[in-house]
Amino acid sequence: MSEFKIHHRDADNISIIDLKGYLDAHTAPDLEGAFQKLLDEKKYNIIVNCRELSYISSAGLGVFMAYVEDIRKNSGDIKLTNMPPKIFNVFDLLGFPFLYEIYKEEGEALSKFKEPKNKIKD
Amino acid sequence: MFAYPQISKIFLSRTEQLEDVRTFVAEAARQFGFADEGISNIILAVDEACTNIIKHAYQNAPDKEIEIRIVREKKTFEVRIFDQGKSFDPALLRNPDLKEFLAHHRRGGLGVYLMKKLVDDVEYHFVPGHTNEVRLKKYLPGL
Repeated sequence: MSEFKIHHRDADNISIIDLKGYLDAHTAPDLEGAFQKLLDEKKYNIIVNCRELSYISSAGLGVFMAYVEDIRKNSGDIKLTNMPPKIFNVFDLLGFPFLYEIYKEEGEALSKFKEPKNKIKD
Repeated sequence: MFAYPQISKIFLSRTEQLEDVRTFVAEAARQFGFADEGISNIILAVDEACTNIIKHAYQNAPDKEIEIRIVREKKTFEVRIFDQGKSFDPALLRNPDLKEFLAHHRRGGLGVYLMKKLVDDVEYHFVPGHTNEVRLKKYLPGL
């Protein structure tokens, strides 16, 4: 059985999800459940830390696609961090770096969330 | 004529089998000399093909069969995947417009797009009402 674990942490008003293991069509519903729970709790500032993610297929990528719109409508975002190169390659093949903010370190994503929202982007 | 060896295994049409599918194909690809990156690409393409079969051809019926055959051709390592489910919609064979996908947050079809990116060739063979076959081809290392 594919092993996949989700661990949830909070830092101020930001929710951090740590992913570990194999995210495929079998385990993607677990991630859907985690996003749905955050939406239900009206937590829209989300960081997904991929440090221990070993594998991702399009079923896993599809979960981000399914939730990001609702989250952004509520002035939040999903920011991704700490991607191993193998995982980044899959995101890159599908053009996700154009759609999602991806940071090397979690701290960068935390700082980004803490910036004033009305700042005009360069 | 010299026939290259074939390895074949049957899996059930349920997502918990995907890990076994990946292990089976990874071991075969390693035997054919592929390095880690090549193996990763091949197993992801096979995962995508099997996920499509489970969800679309068999519409999540859990007890149908998916046969995976590893075939060595002269220049290619091939994974041939067979099912007896609903035939694949040829409309999906078109190259999906990725910008369109991302703009509308569409989830379906991403797997087909990835498969094409990950291996050197993807072929579909259909015997209507009988068997669907997806062939994923990757040039053998060093060729």
